[in-house]
Amino acid sequence: MRGAKSAKWVAIAAVVALGVTACGGGGGDKGSDSKAAIDPNGKFSVEVGEPQNPLQPANTMESNGSIVIKSLFAGLVDYDESGKIVYVNADSIDSKDNKTFTVKLKSGWKFHDGTPVTADSYVKAWNWAANPANKQTNSFWFSDIQGYDDVAPAKGAPKADKMSGLKVVDDSTFTITLSKPIPYFVYKLGYEVFDPLPESFYKDPKAAGEHPIGNGPYKFVSWQHKKQIEVAKFADYKGPNAAKNGGVLFKNYTSLETAYEDLKSSNVDVLRQIAPKDLPVYKTDLGDRAVDKAYSAIQTIAVAFYTKQWKDIDPKVLQGLSMAIDRDTITKTVLQGTREPATGWVAKGVLGYQPNAAGDVTTYNPAKAKELIKAGGGVPGNAISIQYNADGGHKEWVEAVCNSITKATGVKCTGDSKADFQADLNARDAHQVKSLYRSGWVLDYPFNSNFIRDLFGTKSDGNQGGFSNKKIDDEIAAADSASSLDESEKKYQEIEKQLPDYMPSIPLWYYKVNAGYSDKVTGVAYAQDGDPILTGVQVKK
Amino acid sequence: MGRYVARRLLQMIPVFIGTTLLIFLMVYALPGDPVRGLFGDKGGSPQVIAQLRHQYGLDQPILVQYWHYMKNMILHGDFGTQIASGRPVTDVLGDAFPVTLRLGALAFVIEFVLGIALGITAGLRAGRVTDNAILLVTLLLISVPVFVLGYILKVVFAFNLNWLPPNVNDSTNINELLMPAIVLATASLAYVTRLTRTSIAENLRADYIRTAIAKGLPKRRVVGVHLMRNSLIPVITYLGTDIGALMGGAVVTEGLFNIQGVGGTIAQSIVRREGTTLVGLVTILVIVYLLANLLVDLLYAVLDPRIRYA
Repeated sequence: MRGAKSAKWVAIAAVVALGVTACGGGGGDKGSDSKAAIDPNGKFSVEVGEPQNPLQPANTMESNGSIVIKSLFAGLVDYDESGKIVYVNADSIDSKDNKTFTVKLKSGWKFHDGTPVTADSYVKAWNWAANPANKQTNSFWFSDIQGYDDVAPAKGAPKADKMSGLKVVDDSTFTITLSKPIPYFVYKLGYEVFDPLPESFYKDPKAAGEHPIGNGPYKFVSWQHKKQIEVAKFADYKGPNAAKNGGVLFKNYTSLETAYEDLKSSNVDVLRQIAPKDLPVYKTDLGDRAVDKAYSAIQTIAVAFYTKQWKDIDPKVLQGLSMAIDRDTITKTVLQGTREPATGWVAKGVLGYQPNAAGDVTTYNPAKAKELIKAGGGVPGNAISIQYNADGGHKEWVEAVCNSITKATGVKCTGDSKADFQADLNARDAHQVKSLYRSGWVLDYPFNSNFIRDLFGTKSDGNQGGFSNKKIDDEIAAADSASSLDESEKKYQEIEKQLPDYMPSIPLWYYKVNAGYSDKVTGVAYAQDGDPILTGVQVKK
Repeated sequence: MGRYVARRLLQMIPVFIGTTLLIFLMVYALPGDPVRGLFGDKGGSPQVIAQLRHQYGLDQPILVQYWHYMKNMILHGDFGTQIASGRPVTDVLGDAFPVTLRLGALAFVIEFVLGIALGITAGLRAGRVTDNAILLVTLLLISVPVFVLGYILKVVFAFNLNWLPPNVNDSTNINELLMPAIVLATASLAYVTRLTRTSIAENLRADYIRTAIAKGLPKRRVVGVHLMRNSLIPVITYLGTDIGALMGGAVVTEGLFNIQGVGGTIAQSIVRREGTTLVGLVTILVIVYLLANLLVDLLYAVLDPRIRYA
């Protein structure tokens, strides 16, 4: 007993100590051990899995490939910590009507093979990726551009192989015309899909996916499948985020547990995530090298509005269910502090995030929850189920949420487990979800429309629950045609404020990065998408 | 002998077709679609999904898919293309098999040498302290689950003593492979020990051993030739089937030590519904298994002169 008690105190002391450093930390982790000598040519290693797809910018949707792509390619723009735009390869992007954008490139940029980065490098790459014949998984990202429907028609043969909305003016200038105005289009341009490609790519795109040539801060060295990918600093890089280290080794790990063991025995330097098994100890193990920071992703319970149960539901019932979930306790106990209770639908770190957007709908209040459900006519059948994939570590919290709902309101709640993510997606796509389902969303670009328009618009790709509301659709259209970015942001904020009246989903919590790094490196920071910022890492001598 | 081998090889054909077809059908029966799976939560452009499904022939009936797959495999040695990465499955197999072969071979050597040595020691001293001690140790090794044993070894040899690296980053490094090979070998090692021990203890009382001793042969020759040759038949049978298990059944050990071998690739292919990769892997495993069994049956004749194959 005595041992257990003292262990508890050690843990508490560690948490308190960390809390203090975390408050002081934020962006300034670089200052903490600046005394150590830095080796500007030192290489360090990062834990990743084997990229699922070839390393082509528009073909990489999962995190293992995209972290590599991001190191090899540089796009027109990037974002800073608060979600503001930073120009990278673009010198300026101007628009008078939010429909036609004029992009001017910085001069002197080169691909890793020495060829210059021109306006054509972008236009040709986008046209290539948008063409369904080239089978790029992210091709629908180009659908905002005028002429996309001719290149990739929903039915029938394509009428063109180039989008009419893209025009090269001169070597360093091109224009993008959209099919309709989008004030925040520049935000989308930060995604890897919009990266340029060198001329050599088109000769053999398949080989280029195995040996990518980009224009980013690192150049490709080698890819030993299922072992490691090596990239080295590109000396001629002209962007604002030049590498402060000599290169990166992306080491392949099949499980987070083994990666953590290797971190402890200094075989890997930077982790992206800590396994649930190690969460209770990682702060004690790593001390101030443990990372615990919010990033822009949200977990929700989405509603299958196409079912009989929820077809004509009074939103009050969903409000009631939401208020019956004790988010504070669940995030602290079951989820071990790896999540932060959500207070709205837009995640933190995104431009337009507003604290407490959902009002009291996300606060735990069993009495009011019961009342609201009763006022809304009760839950049809007085029973709900939450569908989730068993391979994603969701079981524990789904059960906790169910318990919380049943305890507070008496509504019967069960978890509906699907064997894996594939089976889960299958049921969602086929509209076979019986009642409610788990739905997570990681940002594509840090602007609030990404969390509203792309999830709750009637025709949005991310809207799998069949939520459809004419008023919301109209307001989304209005926000999209706003005259400026600021105005659009404000209009989306207003929409978010109204969402409690419709309850398209029940927000649960925001994600946090729980990661760590070895004592060989310093200056490790994490971006909005939860990935470490590789260029900023410094290797000690 | 030649006719026997030919007959056995011919028997492999129906087994081969049966297993591949079964696995093809089983992957097909699982809910989920490998192409749709590429797009995750976000959904993708229907045009690209349709194009991809067409490219991989997923829009055709299952038996037609199977026919095309087998045709390409047998005629061109082409195992298809992995859907997510677009790499030929032969490349994926080429990555995974050498790793598993190295691990499996090391484990096999450990269980063979150590298992038989312990078994002979125990068998020759049947009923005495050494025998009982070995019995106890093997019992322990059989009953401890692989992941527990793996974790204990890691804590002791990697974290506390710092003798060995905890995980495998480079599968050609024998230092890194040693610990997983030991873990992989333990359970089989215990069985080999027990089989050898029983067999040795029993044959020790056989008439021909008494004759050999009575002839005045030196003990080394009695044990090394007369006793071992007869006693090893059940052991060889077990070792033969174990080769197959070492190849495909190392999922747990591989996951535990970050080894990117066949076991992990099989598990991943199932999760991603990569039917072609899975069938390719299993096909090779089936062939390995069948050949190992044939080899064992032929070895019987070498070990026991009473066995003849017509």
